[in-house]
Amino acid sequence: MSGPRVRVRFSKHGKVRFTSHRDVARIWERALRRARVPVAYSEGFSPRPRIAFGLALPTGYSSDAEYLDVEVDPAWAASIDNSVLVGALTESLPAGMTATAVAEVASGELSLQHAVTSCTWRIDTTGTDARTASEAVARAMDSRELLVERERKGRRSINDIRPAVHTVEVHPTVTDGVGLTDGASITDSACIADSVGHPDGTGFTDGVSLTAELATQPQAVRPTELLASLHPPLKLLRACRLHQWITTDAGERREPLAVAEMSVAGAGVDS
Amino acid sequence: MRSLWHQLEPLLPQVSKPARYIGGEDGMQVPRHGSGVVSWLLTYPDTYEIGLPNQGLQILYEILNERADAAAERAYAPWSDLEALMRTEGLPLFSLDTHRPAALFDVIAFNLSAELTYTNVLNCIDLAGVAVRAAERHDADPLIGAGGHCTYNPEPLADFCDFVVLGDGEEAVGDITEVLRDWKVSRRPGGRAGVLRALAGVAGVYVPSMYRVAYRGDRLAAVEPRYPDVPAVVEKRTVADLAEWPYPKRQLVPLTEVVHDRLNVEVFRGCTRGCRFCQAGMITRPVRERPAEQVRTMVADGLRRTGYDEVALTSLSTADFSGIERVVADTVEGAGCSQVSVSLPSLRVDAFTVGIAAQIQRARRTGLTFAPEAGTWRMRQVINKLISNDDLYSAVESAYSQGWRRVKLYFLTGLPTETDEDTLGIAELARNCVSLGRGHVRSPSVTVSVGGFVPKPFTPFQWFGQNTATELRRKIGLLRDDLRRARGVQLKWHDPAATLAEGLASRGDRRLGAVIERVWRGGGTFQEWSEHFDIARWQAAADACGIDVDSYVYRHRTFDEVLPWDHLSAGLHKDFLWQDWRDALNEVGLEDCRWTPCYDCGACTGYGIEHVVASAVPPAGGSQGTGTDNSRGGEIPVRLLARAGAGAA
Repeated sequence: MSGPRVRVRFSKHGKVRFTSHRDVARIWERALRRARVPVAYSEGFSPRPRIAFGLALPTGYSSDAEYLDVEVDPAWAASIDNSVLVGALTESLPAGMTATAVAEVASGELSLQHAVTSCTWRIDTTGTDARTASEAVARAMDSRELLVERERKGRRSINDIRPAVHTVEVHPTVTDGVGLTDGASITDSACIADSVGHPDGTGFTDGVSLTAELATQPQAVRPTELLASLHPPLKLLRACRLHQWITTDAGERREPLAVAEMSVAGAGVDS
Repeated sequence: MRSLWHQLEPLLPQVSKPARYIGGEDGMQVPRHGSGVVSWLLTYPDTYEIGLPNQGLQILYEILNERADAAAERAYAPWSDLEALMRTEGLPLFSLDTHRPAALFDVIAFNLSAELTYTNVLNCIDLAGVAVRAAERHDADPLIGAGGHCTYNPEPLADFCDFVVLGDGEEAVGDITEVLRDWKVSRRPGGRAGVLRALAGVAGVYVPSMYRVAYRGDRLAAVEPRYPDVPAVVEKRTVADLAEWPYPKRQLVPLTEVVHDRLNVEVFRGCTRGCRFCQAGMITRPVRERPAEQVRTMVADGLRRTGYDEVALTSLSTADFSGIERVVADTVEGAGCSQVSVSLPSLRVDAFTVGIAAQIQRARRTGLTFAPEAGTWRMRQVINKLISNDDLYSAVESAYSQGWRRVKLYFLTGLPTETDEDTLGIAELARNCVSLGRGHVRSPSVTVSVGGFVPKPFTPFQWFGQNTATELRRKIGLLRDDLRRARGVQLKWHDPAATLAEGLASRGDRRLGAVIERVWRGGGTFQEWSEHFDIARWQAAADACGIDVDSYVYRHRTFDEVLPWDHLSAGLHKDFLWQDWRDALNEVGLEDCRWTPCYDCGACTGYGIEHVVASAVPPAGGSQGTGTDNSRGGEIPVRLLARAGAGAA
């Protein structure tokens, strides 16, 4: 009993990145109504809009690759003009949140929660230098296990996250990007722009930037867990989700919805 | 433009709910500041979640920003975690709109909706980097202003506020802006004292420093103007016609969860039901309805613009709005979507009202709230909340029969003349409501919420000595014992210690300022929050200041006693209030003057305004204190006083 689903990809940068996952869900419910998208509602005593969000983005992190699936009225789904919808959604979203692609989801496609297998993060750190960080990362990648302590429902456990750490690259400098944080100048390099910058506008020089692909299954590894597992541990400055990936059993890797050069028109989708 | 954002940003990952400090709401404005522009920082002295929905603040925000000579931004009290970081990092209070330092504004204006936020007001002034005591401020410091219901007794904050506005702010903020603008462009003649003197001449504006306070022994003797051009009595402001003020036009849509997170459309202001405990009903007279057509437009435009799926039609008693059924039906239909729900806060207690609720809440019929306020008909005549037991029972039965499973009932305890029989009447009503519910649903539940009564200025109960905290605890204990085995009834109560502190601030005079300052200096902020409230702070502060709490809170006043707010006016004649107080003690009810002849309380006659009500007759439903039955059922035994002068307007 489910109608056609539309998948939306969006980015989240600037001040609005301090909203929580729950906040973002509410923002989307209102944005869809403002954009007059005929969202399907659940049956029963308290009908809820049928919207499914992917993996929660930690509060304060920015992202180029957030997703949601919206179940819509079938008649309407047939008449969607993707580029028009992308524009209408962005207009209905707060500054800093931008719809970057939409497409209908093939029936039978797994939900985002189940389909996504890994994420690529840009992780900016502070209080370290390129050599220290590179060595720590190299040691980690060479080791058989990487232990982190987790607390879940009041119970502590030690987990090995090494199998979930696919790749980590170290970039010697943290790019300057100060001054673009009010959401007015979001560009394709917006992740770089989410700086907590110095008031003097010079950006940070005492840290390094990592690009890491971390698995989300069976349990998602957070950027902070990766940093904590290193020796010495690194301190997080900011993080941005660059991609979410779906790896099929055949080993093929794709995004839930690709954004070609961040251009919105004609967003490709596998169906 | 100076923004503190880059200093604030690194702190946000360290605090709870950082989204409440980022601004960026739909409807937010980024005003232009400049030399010919008077800048206002409209500040709610509690958290963003509580303060953002405040309609008064949002209305003034828009009205000021529409003016070429004004710029308004907003601030809310930072929660303790951020405050600690701000103090460590030397970061001052900031606006949410452009993260501008508070001290750069010409005016920091506080909304005073609750007495227990007073210590937060001081904290915000201090966080702004401004001296908390008005007398110690410099010429370049912002003016500290206040508005809102609590300003009808501003004396406890008199030492901290430069000016206070009584009544509706829509017109007053414009008048104040003009005075400040002229003063600024003519190079600030007379400095701070000069502009305050000028402000004292603006209707509705009270400048505490322009008044001298005299005491006789322990008692207040007089509050008198220091200068001949300063008014002896400051009269409240009232906008005559709400139709001219269709605000907010662009209600702020928060990015994070807040209370009352929905579209709010004010359908009328003022209430003349005449509940004697209710300060809001006394000080906001007369009734001014918004034209139904304007309500429809505001609802339709608001829903379209905000994307909300819920709209509240707000007022002090929305079921009293003329033609409410039609408006509600149009709202539901006009939304063009069955998913929009309409909520009516402050439901009147009768079956008719439940019928309207049923019409609009087709889904989500979980709980319905009524406020009978007192447990017996005798007690309700004393407080002039003229709801018969039958009104309540028919409302409750109607709710259960139409699918609601939970009913919430609000009561006050510690009311004048209250006996244990009256208190226990609350338990009996609750039990009877559960029994009625059993006829319709499997496990009906009734939540009884009991608050301690705090007498408020400009009400007939302003002379009444509040029940002691011990007495309130005893009464709550009576109810607990009586309801211990009552299935389906849940009892909740307000902390009597908080009621005591509220009572202290509510009717205190200027000497209370020292106590509030001491509580604040000792770290007593967020006193509205039970996890932060501590009566021991208040008691210790009062002791240290030589303030006799019992005398302020528990003592009955006499007619000839000078009250701390006697130099202010809500339009109500003191004689009228006193007569109403005598009527209360005689268990005599008073009709709603909206549909009956005027009894000259003063609110209309004194200001040359009148009710703006579309319907000449009371709406259907219940007895409504008119002495006649408006729906079905028996006569309500209301004894209405035949007053000399009634009807002879």
